[in-house]
Amino acid sequence: MSNTEKEDGSMNSTATPATGTRTTSLGNVATASAAARARSEQPVGSGLEARNVHAWFGKYHAISDMSLDFPTGTVTALIGPSGCGKSTFLRTLNRMHEFIPGAAMAGEVLLHGKDIYAPGTDVTKIRLKIGMVFQKPNPFPSMTIGENVLAGIKLAQLKVTNKNDLMEECLERAGLWNEVKDRLNQPGGSLSGGQQQRLCIARSLAVRPEVLLMDEPCSALDPGSTLKIEETISELAKTMTIIIVTHNMQQAARVSDYTAFLLSDGGPGQIVEFAPTREIFTRPKDKRTENYVTGRFG
Amino acid sequence: MTPVTAVSPIKPWRPTRRDYIVQCGILVGSFLASYLVIENTGFAGRLPLVIFFGIFAITSLAILSGMKRGKEAAKDAVMAGAAYTGIFALLLPVASILWTVTSRGTAAIYSGFFTTDMSQDPFSSTLDVGGIKHALIGTIWLIVIALIISVPLGILTALYLTEIKGPGSALIRFLVQAMSGIPSIVAGLFIYSALISGTGRGFSGFMGALALSILMIPTVARTAEEVLKLVPPDLREAGLALGATQWKTVALVVIPAAKSGLVTAVILGVARIAGETAPLLFTTGGADDTNLNPFDGNMGSIPFYIWKALIDGSPEAASRAWAGIFILMLAVLALFALARFLSRAKIVK
Ligand SMILES: Nc1ncnc2c1ncn2[C@@H]1O[C@H](COP(=O)(O)OP(=O)(O)OP(=O)(O)O)[C@@H](O)[C@H]1O
Ligand SMILES: [Mg+2]
Repeated sequence: MSNTEKEDGSMNSTATPATGTRTTSLGNVATASAAARARSEQPVGSGLEARNVHAWFGKYHAISDMSLDFPTGTVTALIGPSGCGKSTFLRTLNRMHEFIPGAAMAGEVLLHGKDIYAPGTDVTKIRLKIGMVFQKPNPFPSMTIGENVLAGIKLAQLKVTNKNDLMEECLERAGLWNEVKDRLNQPGGSLSGGQQQRLCIARSLAVRPEVLLMDEPCSALDPGSTLKIEETISELAKTMTIIIVTHNMQQAARVSDYTAFLLSDGGPGQIVEFAPTREIFTRPKDKRTENYVTGRFG
Repeated sequence: MTPVTAVSPIKPWRPTRRDYIVQCGILVGSFLASYLVIENTGFAGRLPLVIFFGIFAITSLAILSGMKRGKEAAKDAVMAGAAYTGIFALLLPVASILWTVTSRGTAAIYSGFFTTDMSQDPFSSTLDVGGIKHALIGTIWLIVIALIISVPLGILTALYLTEIKGPGSALIRFLVQAMSGIPSIVAGLFIYSALISGTGRGFSGFMGALALSILMIPTVARTAEEVLKLVPPDLREAGLALGATQWKTVALVVIPAAKSGLVTAVILGVARIAGETAPLLFTTGGADDTNLNPFDGNMGSIPFYIWKALIDGSPEAASRAWAGIFILMLAVLALFALARFLSRAKIVK
């Protein structure tokens, strides 16, 4: 569209083409800063990797040159003030950004080393592998609780042998089974907000994604539900890659292995600092990060 | 531990019995007062009675709440009174129509009314011969064919405008709006001049249904578009984020979420066409005998039956016209009830 020039420009600035010829151990990947790694031509990780991602809304440049690595089995928290582009970045990672009229992007998002924006990619398969939980609980109103959990199976036309087992497993993992096992036939909207959010998590799990993007999943929840979802996240992280946007510093500290601090000073949002979570919270390298995590920000 | 005493549920926000008595008193008082005004002044008739009643009731209710809870409450009462007046003004003609049609429409109905047509008897013959069979069959065909054509086209148009938002959406929306303003007789003339006149094809029920579809499609499309716009975008995103194609998301998420509204769109569409007479004159040709084939030959319909009975002029024919109106009304009501039932049948598993 109107951003083709920009796109070309940033393609050129990408350090290396995504050839899958380089190898490394997961351990290496997990300890290095992703941004630094991308620049130093380190090999492709087995998880999800964003390289020099930009995003626009029409003419408005919302995020600029974001490079992050999300190795399999880790939880990464994205923190930063409101409007700095956390949701926008998250939505470029499973190609939800493109639904906004006038949206454009540049850069690469690699899943197992393959660019999800490459021509000929089956975008529905991408979204199947990279699931998303939204800030506002959005169960399907025309479906029952049970149907909501299995909605993805129907929507993506997947085959499962035992639907009831899958339903129970997903609700169990989302920490909701005990509360709803006797009312699976009631409409999804009959649950409380926190229960609805866990229902949405269960719904995302049913299609067995490899990566789960969560945009402030607990912002409308009570401490009890929040705790349950955090436990769920820790449990899920054993087998999946999780990227969570949160405004809650304690939450980021509790659930995540890595934390990225995003900031927009007037211009487009950028990554200020990316490091293991403990470092971000105990000895941040950037003054702005320190101000933000200690609550002394603007 | 303190013993738990039995507590029965109450609704403290409900008006008390005393409130009801006072309100009834005010209504009765206002009625008597307006009656006295009508009797003792130059005003006469039912309409002034109703107007005076409204004025008296609203003012006294407003004064009452004003005394109890102040000026804002009085304004509140006036607005509530205005709303009640509005619903009354709306329901009165509806009730009056229902009553008139029912009381006059039953005279011509006898045991053979639904099993005979008018091919043997003129409209002025006595009320124990002839019937509406041909017209009922014709109208059912017309509505069914118009539904088959208009519902898919109308809803697909709405989906194009709300889901695909493809090129030309603004122009299409404008054209659909313009189309909904087409006088019905023009729709009939269009089909006549385009598909019947000079083509060798004769009148038929199908041609009538085509003319009705021209009227029905814009109604269905516009209402369906409004309804689909109300489906929260979150739901679409949730569907797509689960790896669904857009078509699957629309079919399994958007349409079910908008289902009852879409049924309303279809109902409004049927309501738009069920009583249309003018476009049928040029397209179905009208008939007094039973024709089961909508694709060949003139076909009767209830509006045509009513129209023919009305221009006949005899008292018997007038009774037949009322009966036709009555049957048409029942048929449309039955259709609406069925549509509502079908759209509600979900969830209660
Ligand atoms: N649909 C849109 N159209 C135009 N601009 C948008 C749109 N969505 C977001 N933006 C802009 O992009 C920037 C980043 O928005 P984004 O939603 O990513 O922020 P965020 O970091 O998620 O904020 P929050 O913490 O409040 O959710 C903001 O300046 C916002 O105004
Ligand atoms: Mg956000």
